[in-house]
Amino acid sequence: MRETEILVIGGGPAGIRAAITAAELGAEVLLCERDGWLGGQLIKQTGKFFGREYAGQRGFEICADLLAKLHNTAKIDIWLDCPVLGIYEDGVVSCQKKDRLEKIKPQRMIIATGAAENFLAFAGNDLPGVISAGAAETLMHMSGVVPAQRALMVGAGNIGLTVSYQMIQSGVEVAAVIEAAPQIGGYLVHASKLARTGVPIKTGYTIQEAYGEGKVEGARIMRLDETWRPIPGSEEDIACDAICLAVGLNPLAELCWQAGCQMELIRELSGHVPLTDENLQTTIEGIYVAGDICGPEEATTAMAEGKLAGANAAASLGYDTEQAQAARLAALAELGELRAGPMSARIKTGLDKLREKGAAKHA
Amino acid sequence: MLKQDGIPSKEELSRVLPSEQRLAQGPVVIAECFQRIPCDPCARRCPRGAFSIGEDINDLPRWDAELCDGCGDCIALCPGMAIFGVDMTYSKDQALVSLPFEFVPRPKPGQMALGLDRGGRELGWFEVADVKCGGEGNKTYVIALKAPRELAMELRQIKAGGYR
Ligand SMILES: Cc1cc2nc3c(=O)[nH]c(=O)nc-3n(C[C@H](O)[C@H](O)[C@H](O)COP(=O)(O)OP(=O)(O)OC[C@H]3O[C@@H](n4cnc5c(N)ncnc54)[C@H](O)[C@@H]3O)c2cc1C
Ligand code: SF4
Ligand code: SF4
Repeated sequence: MRETEILVIGGGPAGIRAAITAAELGAEVLLCERDGWLGGQLIKQTGKFFGREYAGQRGFEICADLLAKLHNTAKIDIWLDCPVLGIYEDGVVSCQKKDRLEKIKPQRMIIATGAAENFLAFAGNDLPGVISAGAAETLMHMSGVVPAQRALMVGAGNIGLTVSYQMIQSGVEVAAVIEAAPQIGGYLVHASKLARTGVPIKTGYTIQEAYGEGKVEGARIMRLDETWRPIPGSEEDIACDAICLAVGLNPLAELCWQAGCQMELIRELSGHVPLTDENLQTTIEGIYVAGDICGPEEATTAMAEGKLAGANAAASLGYDTEQAQAARLAALAELGELRAGPMSARIKTGLDKLREKGAAKHA
Repeated sequence: MLKQDGIPSKEELSRVLPSEQRLAQGPVVIAECFQRIPCDPCARRCPRGAFSIGEDINDLPRWDAELCDGCGDCIALCPGMAIFGVDMTYSKDQALVSLPFEFVPRPKPGQMALGLDRGGRELGWFEVADVKCGGEGNKTYVIALKAPRELAMELRQIKAGGYR
């Protein structure tokens, strides 16, 4: 059985940042990632970031910087191709390492497994060519494969808008971006960037069906009224060979369920999330979470949360230095700043609801 | 409507367009940035402090017509690709429009490129005056186009490929 002070589960931006922060404070860290590489969603992002610390840098560049830092930090052991499978009552964690089942006994755990993309129910959604926006991104930037000739994007949040733009950069014609809500959900600068290349953004539209012989050949879309009901007679056909879904994410929190963390269903946080305190500790002492698992947000907030969880986990082990306190305060300030704008209103409402549940529990 | 289709309205644009008087004095930049988001490279990286964003990084950028000399450095630094350069004094009968560009192939100076407006509608062919990399490691390019003055506030994109 492998022993470690801190086990970080998931090597996306949140997990990497957590590992670096904790190790810099002196803790011994083991990082387990199920993929054969690190970086999570961040490694395939080609757009420039907003925020303060990383503004103007592209996601994959930020990822490269983080990885360089990770590899230069002593006391971090990295296990790739290593999905964590279970967390037991006695705090033992099992993972698959090559063809063996390995056991780990950590003193603290930071779960940063991210989120999964949502699917959407419509006729023909099982046709080849119906893919998630994240899959389109993976095909383009990890595999060097053009995902389609002509694609329809469903969802005008930041993911739908930015992946559409990346598809155009890769030579795909984006037929349209449709969005069920009456307004664009993502940043308007992203929307304008698409609009001026000639991509129609159609708010108040939904997909009714995908059609084609053995593969996607087109999509039928429909307008929605104010009550989100399809308007009969408003059907339009869009010829396309791919339909990309960017309709939200759902926290990947199975390990928290399994560990017995108290879970709460918070719509604004996109599903069931572990109840946490301001240190990002769950209701199980010694288990922390960070990133999209706490409610899908942005890579910038995921990194800040990773820093916060990493600092707190290390501090709880006795590495409670001034440096830990400084890292903690810096992360909190960063999160406050990133979430101060109107685009974070939903997340903030969700976090408030979560904190209320926490307060109710202690009362 | 910007919030419905990504295309800013005349009314929204009127809030960020420089005065006729300032336009007549020389090159300017225009931040077509209308929504509070956590972002500030325009303010942080302008060498002359011509853009400012308040205490809150989410505030909208404010542009100072007096301080800006139209150098255009900010165009390729804006992560929202929302800053455009316009020089109404470029030549006797033409303006120069500078826009950020992240597609390949890029046009070459002297070629003609198909110009598009904010909704992607074709405006005609424009001569490419300059193609400049946004700085070391920055893969955003700035394309400068010669345009009739009356189209300088419409031209915001070129169609990738198909230059002549
Ligand atoms: C398509 C797409 C585009 C996006 N574009 C942007 C953007 O341009 N800018 C931006 O700021 N944000 C963007 N986001 C959001 C951003 O990517 C996420 O908020 C951020 O990556 C969350 O970080 P994370 O570390 O929590 O999760 P992830 O990045 O998802 O990383 C989680 C990691 O955990 C691993 N993992 C999961 N389960 C296990 C397990 N059981 N055992 C071991 N490892 C496991 C996964 O393989 C993965 O590497 C985008 C998201 C998507 C889906
Ligand atoms: S054009 Fe130059 S001076 Fe004007 S705002 Fe941009 S960087 Fe500053
Ligand atoms: S850098 Fe661009 S997107 Fe960011 S605030 Fe300035 S103008 Fe807006």
